[in-house]
Order: sequence, then structure tokens, then C-alpha cells
Amino acid sequence: MKMTLRMVTANRLHDGAVVYLAADDDWTRNVESGLAANTEDADKLMTTAEEAVHNQLIVAPYLIDVEVDVQSSRPVRPIRFREQIRAKGPTIFAPAAE
Amino acid sequence: MYQYDQTDHTLTRERVTEYRDQVSRRLDGNISEDDFRPLRLKNGLYMQLHAYMLRVGIPYGMMSSDQLRMLAYIGRKYDKGYGHFTTRQNLQYNWPTLEDTPDILENLASVEMNAIQTSGNVNRNVTSDPLAGVAPDELEDPRPYAEIIRQFLTLHPEFSWLPRKFKVAITGAEDDRAAINVHDIGLKLLKNEAGETGFRVLVGGGLGRSPFIGKVIREFLPKDDLIRYIQAILRVYNMEGRRDNMFKARIKILVHELGIEKFASLVEEEFQASEEDVLFLGQAEEDRIKAFFAAPDYADLSDDSPEVIEMSSGNEAFAQWLERNVLAHKQAGYSIVNLSLKPLGGVPGDITSDQMDAVAGLADTFSFGQIRATHRQNLVLADVAKKDLPSLWQELVDLNLATPNLDRISDIICCPGMDYCSLATARSIPIAKRLSERFADLDTLLNIGEIRLNISGCINACGHHHVGHIGILGVEKNGEEFYQITLGGSSSEDADIGQIIGPAFSSEDIIDAVEKLVGIYISNREDDERFLDTYRRLGKAVFKEALYDAA
Repeated sequence: MKMTLRMVTANRLHDGAVVYLAADDDWTRNVESGLAANTEDADKLMTTAEEAVHNQLIVAPYLIDVEVDVQSSRPVRPIRFREQIRAKGPTIFAPAAE
Repeated sequence: MYQYDQTDHTLTRERVTEYRDQVSRRLDGNISEDDFRPLRLKNGLYMQLHAYMLRVGIPYGMMSSDQLRMLAYIGRKYDKGYGHFTTRQNLQYNWPTLEDTPDILENLASVEMNAIQTSGNVNRNVTSDPLAGVAPDELEDPRPYAEIIRQFLTLHPEFSWLPRKFKVAITGAEDDRAAINVHDIGLKLLKNEAGETGFRVLVGGGLGRSPFIGKVIREFLPKDDLIRYIQAILRVYNMEGRRDNMFKARIKILVHELGIEKFASLVEEEFQASEEDVLFLGQAEEDRIKAFFAAPDYADLSDDSPEVIEMSSGNEAFAQWLERNVLAHKQAGYSIVNLSLKPLGGVPGDITSDQMDAVAGLADTFSFGQIRATHRQNLVLADVAKKDLPSLWQELVDLNLATPNLDRISDIICCPGMDYCSLATARSIPIAKRLSERFADLDTLLNIGEIRLNISGCINACGHHHVGHIGILGVEKNGEEFYQITLGGSSSEDADIGQIIGPAFSSEDIIDAVEKLVGIYISNREDDERFLDTYRRLGKAVFKEALYDAA
């Protein structure tokens, strides 16, 4: 069973990396380790995120929809295609990696 | 090429110091992101989808081998070992950290480079013909004037907060390889009836969500008035351009809304009111800048090269590369060599640090230590002795830079799209890769010939889709990527905005659709018509009907 919840994503200030808000006000690079909430609690996540902006950890946080596995209550992947690419990186090989 | 004087050195170094302090205060929390954003943008630093992106300015695409080696070094040390050449002859790094950017700029300054005005609402890189100074069809080298404009508009206080970004392109040749028709200001060197050299001035061209072909504002502008006239255009734009709506803020909208006659009369008024003596170019300054672009020390060589004849007769791959990627040079015994950054299945415009180092070495050995970036995202070695072509070709083959596809269907202009860009609505690079694979053999088999295929991943049109003979625009429909086709566009002297041919295609179907379009061209072409010629002769309806017939 899957359901859709919300998460906060942003870019890390010092290196620009894509991050997700996780438990204990932590920020993770891995979407599956992020904290998902229903729409009502999403506001609280954004409040936490704004504090992180204030503390120079991240920039430009926003909410995204994610598919969550009901049994484990873990995020599986973002709903929007754009966010899937942000989560996994470019879909093409960078030349130096070939 | 141009070398920094004391002023250039000072302002570049001072800018690095200032920026280093700004970054440090940002990381300490003494500047908010809102306050910092315009400061980083003034130094070419964007925030993209996955990371920061730094755009390095390459004035009119000219690089020395030492500069290219520095770009390679930065790519290796501060990025992931590669960079990306853009349609405005600049280079972008996709993965720098904010913390590293002051060091990157300091490294750039050490080789007379910077990222000043590669972003923000200011004049951007002045672009030019990548074959400037060497093309046989050129009246006069445009680079000295590009450099003069660069100097005038770098950190110009009056033009530091324009309504929107501003782009100037200049050519001195008959064949427009600088896309002057789709720039805010386009300049073309020409002679008037009295035999004097000056500029035809175009204004208000551009792509994006509202594409326009530039309109002639002055059929002939004397050289000495160049700076004063550009100042007049910018002053009118600065005063009258819209600041209330970002999407209507470019000069093309102002020119369109006022009409070219009204706009021209405002510019003329401003031009006449400005003091002539202050900005008068003058022969002495013109000569001083021109001296930087003097022709290299060519050897006295014959156009007949036994080495080339011998290699061509026995080596089909070399012969094909020679025919497609090597162009005639104005100097006897020399050729212009295009290095393709569009290898089979590659990312258009991408180049690894190792390739950059190698190209720098080849430039030292074969082309007087200089390299040029083209607006079609390739590189040029502009001064190669014909007798050296076989050895150079072998080196380029080993570097995967000899794909024989200049101006052919796989020589695709392509924006970074949703793989990198935060504005994109669809991916563009995977389409370019799949097209290049699809046409790898068909290009030669069908003898498709010259065709410009351009792909953008959103309506901002960084991939110049409006002016592709075939243009592809990626859009999002119900969460899926779709691709809209435009036909008949061109950015050359026959410039036009392409027409939307019909409903968009899915990612799955877009490659077949392009092949079908090529098929319609092949079965209808007359004599040596290009795709664009056949399309313009037959019209949209014929192509539309055949494309969507039983699709």
C-alpha cells in the first residue's frame, strides 16, 4: 500500500546539494531517509526548515509530494518527475563518469 | 588576442576580494540569502536543480591555451572533471560548492578571466563570429569592436541595473555565424555607398517566450559613433523598459510595443543630446585595440598539401571529416578546423578536463595557442596549416572530438534541460542523445546535408529551438514530458522564427517524428536544397499533413 505525504526539500547552503528534512531537525541527502508528514503537519516541517535557513544550513526550502510505503511509513520517491530527478541526479551520464 | 591592462587586472582582482568577503559573510550568516542572491548572480553563480552553477565569461569565445588549461584544472579540482560550453560562447560548471567559488574566481583572474556579468540584469558576454579574422567571407574582424563594447559595458554604473539582461552580438562576415538577428543588439560590419566601413545596427531581437527577429534601427552607423549609439539605445531602454513584469522587461518588448520608428526616434534624440567628444571612438583607440587581434605569424604555405591529398585518397573517415568539419581559411595554406562537441550519444557542449588539456596542447602545436568557442557549442582551431591536418585529425579522433557532423543533424544545440536546470519543464539532453544515435548512420545514408536542429527544455529557449530548421521544445503535460516541434526557423542571414507544426509528441514518439520529417524532406527535395529550403518552398501544410498522416 502506498500513500502520498509531504516532505521538505532544499539546497544546502555551503555546497548546494539537494537535501531533505529528516528526524531530529537533521537534513539528509537521501529522499528515503526524509521525514514525511500529512498536510496539516507539513506546516510544522516548514517552520523547522525556516529555522535552518536562518541558521545558514539550507536555502529555498519548499514542500513536495512523496509516495510513502504505508507499512514502513518510509518515503519511496517524489511524485513529480522534476523532484525524482532532483532526488537521483541527472538521468544522463556526466562525461567524466563514462 | 586581447590582454588585460592594469584596469582589467585591478577590477578583476578587486572583484575577487569583494566576492570572497561576501561569501564568507553569507556563510557566517551576516548576509541573508535574499541579500546575497543578487551579489552571487553578479559573479555568475546560480543555484540550479542539484547544485550551484558557475558561468565563466569567455569574451566573444576567444581563449588562449593557458586559459583553457585553467578551465580544465578548475573542472578537475572544484567540479566533477568537466565543463559545458553554452550558446553564448561561455563555459559553465555544474557542481561547484559555494565555499570554493572565491578560489575558482581567483584562479580565473590569474589567467585574465572572470565571471563578471555572466548573469544578472546587465550586459552579458558580447558574442561574435567564431571564425572572426580568418573567414574568407569577412569584411573586417569584429573582435576589436566586441572588445571595445566589453570594456565600455563592464561594471558601467549607469547600466548595472537594467530592466533585464542584455545581449550584444557582432559579425563582420556575410554568413551570420553569430545569430545577430536574435540579440538585443545585433551589429554587422558593412560598407556604405561612400566605401566607408561602419555598422548595420539591429535592435530588439530575442528568443524566449516572446521570440522576435531584430529590426534595423540604423542601416549605417559610422564606427566612431559605435559607443555613443549603444549608450543611447541603453539609455532609452533603461528609462522606458518595463520593470513591472519580468516577462515583458527585455528590450524586444519595448521595441515591439513602441514600434521601431518611435523607438528609433527616441534613440536618435538621446544620441544627438549626448556629448560627441566623450565617447568618440577615434582612430588611435581603434588601432590600439585592433593590434591585439593582429593575424598570427603565418608561414608562406601553398594551398596544395600532398599530406592531405595522400591521406584523403586512402582514408574515408579522414576525407569525410575534411569535407564536413574543415573550412576554408582566408590565408593560403591554412584551414579552419571545427572540433565537434557532439559525439555519438554525447551531451552537446560538454567537454572533460582531460579533453580541455589535450585541446590546449593541440592549439599550442597546431594553431598558435588559441581556441574559440562557437555559439553552436563546438570549438574551433582557427589557424591550422593544411599539411598538419592529417596529424591533427588523428589526435582529435583519439579524443573523440572528430565526429564529422558540423552543421549536420547531430550537431544539435541543446540546453541543459531538466537534468540540470531549475527552470526546465522537460529534459532535453536525452532527446539530443537519442537523435544523435538514430541519425548516426542515416545522416550519411540519406545524405541529409546541412540542417540545424535545436532543443530547449522550456519556453525560455536557451536551446534556441525557435531558430532551428527543426526546433524541439520540451513541455510538461499532466506530469509527463512532451515535445513540440517548430519548423522553418533560422538564426543566420535568412533568420526567421519557426512555426509550430502541430500537437506535441511524447518522449517515446519524438525521435520517430523527426525521422519522418527528414523523410518528407528527402522525398521532396530538389537539386541541392537544404531541409530549410524545401520546407520554405513547400510550406507548413505539406509537412504537417505528412507528419501527422496516420501517425
